[in-house]
Amino acid sequence: MAGTVLRRLAHMIAVLFGISVLVFLIFFATPGANPAARIAGKDASPQTIARVEKQFGLNRPLPVQYALMMKKLFVTRNLTSFVNLGEKVVPQVFKAAPVTLSLVSGAAVIWIGFAILIGALAAAFRGGWIDRLLMVLSLIGISMPVFWVGTMANLITQGAYHHTWLFSWVPPLGYIPFSRSPLGWFKALVIPWITLAILYIGLYARVLRAALIETMQEDFIRTARAKGLSERQVLLRHALRCSLVSVVTLFGLDFGVLVGGGALLTEVVFGLQGVGYLTYQALETLDLPMIMATVIYASVFVVVSNAAVDIVYAAFDPRMRVRR
Amino acid sequence: MSAVGLLSVRDLAVAFRTRDGVARAVDGVSFDVAEREILGIVGESGSGKSLTVLAILDLIGDPNAIVSGSIRFRGAELVGQSPDVLRRLRGGAIAMIFQDPMTALTPVHTIGAQIMEQIRIHTGLSRHGARARAVELLDAVGLPDPARAAGRYPQELSGGQRQRAVIAMALSCNPALLLADEPTTALDVTVQAQILDLIRRLRDDFGSAVILITHNLGVVAETADRVAVMYSGRIIETASTAALFADPRHPYTWGLLGSMPELGGARRARLATIPGLPPALDRRPKGCAFAPRCGFARAECAVRPPLIGEAGHRAACIIPAAERAGARDQALAA
Repeated sequence: MAGTVLRRLAHMIAVLFGISVLVFLIFFATPGANPAARIAGKDASPQTIARVEKQFGLNRPLPVQYALMMKKLFVTRNLTSFVNLGEKVVPQVFKAAPVTLSLVSGAAVIWIGFAILIGALAAAFRGGWIDRLLMVLSLIGISMPVFWVGTMANLITQGAYHHTWLFSWVPPLGYIPFSRSPLGWFKALVIPWITLAILYIGLYARVLRAALIETMQEDFIRTARAKGLSERQVLLRHALRCSLVSVVTLFGLDFGVLVGGGALLTEVVFGLQGVGYLTYQALETLDLPMIMATVIYASVFVVVSNAAVDIVYAAFDPRMRVRR
Repeated sequence: MSAVGLLSVRDLAVAFRTRDGVARAVDGVSFDVAEREILGIVGESGSGKSLTVLAILDLIGDPNAIVSGSIRFRGAELVGQSPDVLRRLRGGAIAMIFQDPMTALTPVHTIGAQIMEQIRIHTGLSRHGARARAVELLDAVGLPDPARAAGRYPQELSGGQRQRAVIAMALSCNPALLLADEPTTALDVTVQAQILDLIRRLRDDFGSAVILITHNLGVVAETADRVAVMYSGRIIETASTAALFADPRHPYTWGLLGSMPELGGARRARLATIPGLPPALDRRPKGCAFAPRCGFARAECAVRPPLIGEAGHRAACIIPAAERAGARDQALAA
């Protein structure tokens, strides 16, 4: 197990290096594009472009440019935006990260919990009306666009019904840091959590149901029945553990993508200044340093969460452990 | 048949609802198993032998299967019994060993945990007591270093070791009856002999009766007290093992015997085979199901023959006793 963890971490660092090089090359070595002009922003004066060229060492060889860029991003953290003059990029990302992390982690807890519950129930009552009802509901959940659900939720909880006993506890849109008020943090996020989770509950419940039904055909399920286990015990102790692998795989990908900015729509609808929101603004103003920082940050999260998932995998399923 | 019945099966039928009507995969099977007896059920793939034993514990698990007839275990009827009653029997008084040890164990739990689980369902043993018992069982079935083996996952063991673990699990609650569905088919020949030896010892060490399903007459010869030969969902011959090998009566049994390589005997140019294939379930002949493949078929075979003969040895074949020896020599010489 320890070997598996170490190997996975080494692998992760190699991938991160690869991604940073790739992202760097896309922005700095695309043929026909002048990185200095792009970093300087729209309609920049020649003086600004010259300053950018000097600051980023754009007249020096590519490896030096790469090293300078990484130094600005990770060591001195003084990469500055030229669109919003003088604004340091990295602290902004670090300010936005906890918002996104809070949003996505909370939603993940909700969607994993409900997906397991719904998937297991549907598989247990396979073919019955409970199964059909749950699967139709999941399909509806998958089909509803998240910005629409969010807007509807806002209309109800912030508008029409805000003054009824049901929703009077909902704070105004925006983020409340956990350190300031844990309860406030929870109240501000619970509706965005549910909004973001709905799609994934539907998706994961369907995937889990399919995996469970497949696992229930296995020989070892018959053995478990022959031991005298009840159907519920067979499902929960033997089938579920083996089927969760498919859900864990999906989770690794989805969680990484969401933390890396994929929760953009939810963040915008609920006024949460997270990483997705930041990227969105940077794209609007073509703020290259900011885009660069958020892209690198996003890829770090995707890769780290994938590594974490692989390690969870090994804990879950001994078949995944590297044997040496 | 035996006087002290542990298990008594009468007219057992397993039918499947299909698009073209009902197919009877097991068609009126009757047999008895006495305490501490080893009954071998022999037949080729699709003869209904596995379904017969799966029906005993209602483990067929196909919603389209219909089980009818009577299965009495210690006098109590099992067919149509409530799931709760059957569940208490499963793994307790009646345990089962499956064909493929590679897939019969849950890959995410250790061997020890899987054995403990079964012990704790059927007995009031504590976690600690169950673990001690699991290790004891693994030792009894001959797994080396049982305490460490208990902490291993199935895929860390070899096929033979896994089958031993499966057997240890089946034995964990001292079953009165053990159903073994081709327990050696998936194993190496050398391991097969060890596992058979182990199954034979169960009767002495654990007092279990065994139903041993196999397609291999050699396995039966070595292990079973009595044999039932199945063909196309029916028992076509049943006798003590000694009687079956000394005086086989059904032409299908002759075919099975003829297709066994003989160790030490004169090496034949090629092994005899039975011509043709078993009939499809929905196209089984009205009379003797084996008649289309039988070299001695005659007009009377169009009527389904009953099991005839004396109490200890009966066969579903109408060839008169006087002609039998000649026909058999002819069949086995072919």
